[in-house]
Amino acid sequence: MLSRRIIPCLDVNRGRVVKGINFEGLRDAGDPVELAARYYKEGADELTFLDISATKEGRGTIGELAAAVSDRVFVPFTVGGGIRSVEDARNILKNGADKVAVNSAAIANPSLITEIAEEFGSQSVVVAVDVKRRGENWTVYAKAGEKETALDALEWCEVAQSKGAGEILLTSIDRDGTKIGFDLELYTAVRRRLGIPIIASGGGGSVESFVELFENTDVDAALAASIFHFGRISIPQLKQQLRESGVEVRL
Amino acid sequence: MIGIVDYNMGNIRSVRNALLRIGEECTTVRTPNEIEQMDAVVLPGVGAFGAMMRHLDKLRIRDSLVNWIEDGNKFLGICLGYQALFEESEENPGVSGLGVLSGKVMKFRQGRIPQVGWNRVTPVGESIIPEGNYYFVNSYFPQPEEEKVAATTSYHREFASAVSTKNLLATQFHPERSGELGLELLRRWSCA
Repeated sequence: MLSRRIIPCLDVNRGRVVKGINFEGLRDAGDPVELAARYYKEGADELTFLDISATKEGRGTIGELAAAVSDRVFVPFTVGGGIRSVEDARNILKNGADKVAVNSAAIANPSLITEIAEEFGSQSVVVAVDVKRRGENWTVYAKAGEKETALDALEWCEVAQSKGAGEILLTSIDRDGTKIGFDLELYTAVRRRLGIPIIASGGGGSVESFVELFENTDVDAALAASIFHFGRISIPQLKQQLRESGVEVRL
Repeated sequence: MIGIVDYNMGNIRSVRNALLRIGEECTTVRTPNEIEQMDAVVLPGVGAFGAMMRHLDKLRIRDSLVNWIEDGNKFLGICLGYQALFEESEENPGVSGLGVLSGKVMKFRQGRIPQVGWNRVTPVGESIIPEGNYYFVNSYFPQPEEEKVAATTSYHREFASAVSTKNLLATQFHPERSGELGLELLRRWSCA
């Protein structure tokens, strides 16, 4: 049986890790390579790097960061932000990343998912989906949460899967950085429609919120940033307490 | 010197970095001559069985790898580099593997495919593999002869997650991606 994965997320802006609330009000959280090495040592199951400035400012991707991370981190890691082509993906993967995350470019051109999957395998393509709740449904946002789209979250996740996504990283913008707990209804609804692994993100702020997520939904992994960066919970503490609560984790 | 076989498919950087981290010297090898110069050879793997065999044939190193192993030289196969040791795979029927181990590579028939994530590896007998969780990405698994099985793992069924012989170790999981435990396994293999 597979363990549930705990994935620290490092949002990178101009070479520094930053973190905000509801995608705004960014605070500095340190150097990405140093922080990555620390999380690796502490037992993170994977790491995710998202260049949050890339799409907004039309900057390139963070291949150099991937190379520096791969010298020091010996668990899988994903890099996203501004990936628009197979060549962008190749640059990141050849620098040592295991997976790329695509978001806005896949919304504009869903066949990008297929192209990357055919070249490097589905296991290397994570489709990142940022959503906001609208009554009973969830709407997809592009451009790091700035641009509302006409896409329904559940429908878009299904399209992404059919195009060859290996995993879905599903972030609730409403919960992002709030530490009030994951949107359980969102993950329950998506799990019913998807066969591929789902990574839950947005709102993980206490051990209880992770226990609640894993006990009530069949997601494969939880991703979080603020609680790890600002020292509210250490990864070993979180995993130990998850295990004590009966959640299968790697210690 | 450890040679990592570079056959133009996988990302070999993570294997190289892991070997460097445990203090081993390594280089990439792409020709029969380069393979012969090594003290040990690692065959990493990402992608499809048939494509890998095609690439090995294109580089004309199929026979060198078979001879390397059959002559008793030190060898490590990872993921597809483990599956490649067998006679054939359900992934690409009709394509011959290296055939240094007898048995066939089968597809998982239950659960989410591929298996992606950390799973428990239980060593069998006097295995050098430390027990614990390792990182897997696979849709297929080999069915080796029982006496060669070095570890087992359960994913909706039990399968051989590693094999070993006197000079050979091969794992379905990725030791180079399995944290400190994976590095410990590489250390034990390189010192053995």
